Amino acid sequence: MLSIAIDVVYFMLSLALLFAFIRLTRGPSLPDRVVALELIASVVFGYVGVHAIDTGVSSFLDVAIVIALTAFLAAIGFARFVERGAKE
Amino acid sequence: MKSNTLILRTAALAIMPLQLMFSVFLLLRGHDEPGGGFIGGLVAASAFVLYAFSFGVGSTRKLLRVSPKDLLAVGLLFGLASTIPSLLAGEAMLTAMWWQLPLPGEGYLKLSTVLVFDIGVYLAVLGTLMTFVIGLMES
Repeated sequence: MLSIAIDVVYFMLSLALLFAFIRLTRGPSLPDRVVALELIASVVFGYVGVHAIDTGVSSFLDVAIVIALTAFLAAIGFARFVERGAKE
Repeated sequence: MKSNTLILRTAALAIMPLQLMFSVFLLLRGHDEPGGGFIGGLVAASAFVLYAFSFGVGSTRKLLRVSPKDLLAVGLLFGLASTIPSLLAGEAMLTAMWWQLPLPGEGYLKLSTVLVFDIGVYLAVLGTLMTFVIGLMES
């Protein structure tokens, strides 16, 4: 039962990744792309969490923590970049 | 060059200690399990980068207390120092040496030159990244 659920979650996360990637490539404005990147980061640490459950190796949870703690730095950097670009 | 976002500042003050603790945890666990000096240094650097984003470069320099280049140099010195015990013992350079210090009660504290080398890598990575980031933000 758990393995079916894990397969379904993998499939749904892949779908989310695909849609986020489409938004990343086609997004009409820069903020759309930034939000898509942020969503991709969230999906990736979802993947890592599911993989930790799948394999039973708890070290993968630390990977997820590192990604979660650092992924938003990219969003902050982009936000500053957008802010400064608007001023100049 | 500092942002005036209250949300970012409050979040930075909450997240930064967590990141620093986690980086030390990764550093100390690194020999037998995933982790080690490099990823620990990266996490610590990202903590300081977050602080620099929210409070500006000047206060980050004050928080670090030493110049990031000095951190880099001290890290390389630690790496060099980890080679000395094996040379003194007549082994090949960088051979891992282990000591077991008895702790009060039961158990041992395992010390090794690997840990010294890892601390060196940690400081070197932290110093390199902070040099990059502070240089970029000041330019």
